[in-house]
Amino acid sequence: MKAAVITFPGSNRDGDVAKALKQAGAAVVHVWHADTELPAGTDLVVLPGGFSYGDYLRTGAIAGRAHIMDATRAHAARGGYVLGICNGFQIACEAGLLPGILVRNAHLKFVCRRQHLTVERNDTPFARAYAKGQAIDVCIAHGEGNYIADAETLARLEGEGLVAFRYADAQGKVTAEANPNGSLNNIAGIYSPGFNVLGLMPHPENLIDSLVGGTDGRGLFDSLVAARAA
Amino acid sequence: MKARVTVTLKNGVLDPQGKAIEGALKSLGIDGVESVRQGKVFDIELSTADKAAAETALKAACDKLLANTVIENYRVEIGG
Repeated sequence: MKAAVITFPGSNRDGDVAKALKQAGAAVVHVWHADTELPAGTDLVVLPGGFSYGDYLRTGAIAGRAHIMDATRAHAARGGYVLGICNGFQIACEAGLLPGILVRNAHLKFVCRRQHLTVERNDTPFARAYAKGQAIDVCIAHGEGNYIADAETLARLEGEGLVAFRYADAQGKVTAEANPNGSLNNIAGIYSPGFNVLGLMPHPENLIDSLVGGTDGRGLFDSLVAARAA
Repeated sequence: MKARVTVTLKNGVLDPQGKAIEGALKSLGIDGVESVRQGKVFDIELSTADKAAAETALKAACDKLLANTVIENYRVEIGG
């Protein structure tokens, strides 16, 4: 598994996600946003968390138009894997890789805490190391994580099973109380129709070592490396 | 040539910032505020003097970057 982690001006989780990928056995190449091509043999493009361009205009809007995004869209169109985490999810939506948009949290507060998610399906390259319906314990840290889409798009996402993760309580119950930002249907992450692009607001790369409180994030990176090997 | 682009949220899109501003105006005792929706204004200087060319360029600017048409509308005013 060869992973290209893109660094935009203002990315700050590129190092952490690289660590998580390496731990899972991937080879990691760091790529600058102004580059026009991905390294030869790239299996996975990662859009990391952070505050690209200081969140100016709209979160992810300027990074979503970076040169490297043309290559990333072509990679996704070929069936290549793309993972957008937090600001990376916002960038993926702005770049047209995923539908909908992330807007200001409904309660207007930045949230930074542990958060449980349900794994909606485990038959994808990103989630095979988890059990279907499992409640995983990860982290969230965002001010604009409120996922919205028009009614037609939302119906399509639900109808085609493209919701990857939902905000839930520790028992895996998807409730309004467990929704940290007002996202429609408690959506924390979504897939592209081909299940090769995943965008999610939570940070699985934060929980990969028991030294820092948990390892539930490892499954996502282990899944990806196994998917490439399969 | 000068132009102004105004980007506003579409009807029905929740605007928590507008709501907070609305609440703040009410708490300041400003009467008669029914609702507030927050938007963005871009003042843009263009090198062209041709109005049609300016309109084409500004429409492209809005569709490609200035507005996200999933949630936003835009209006372009040229000249003045």
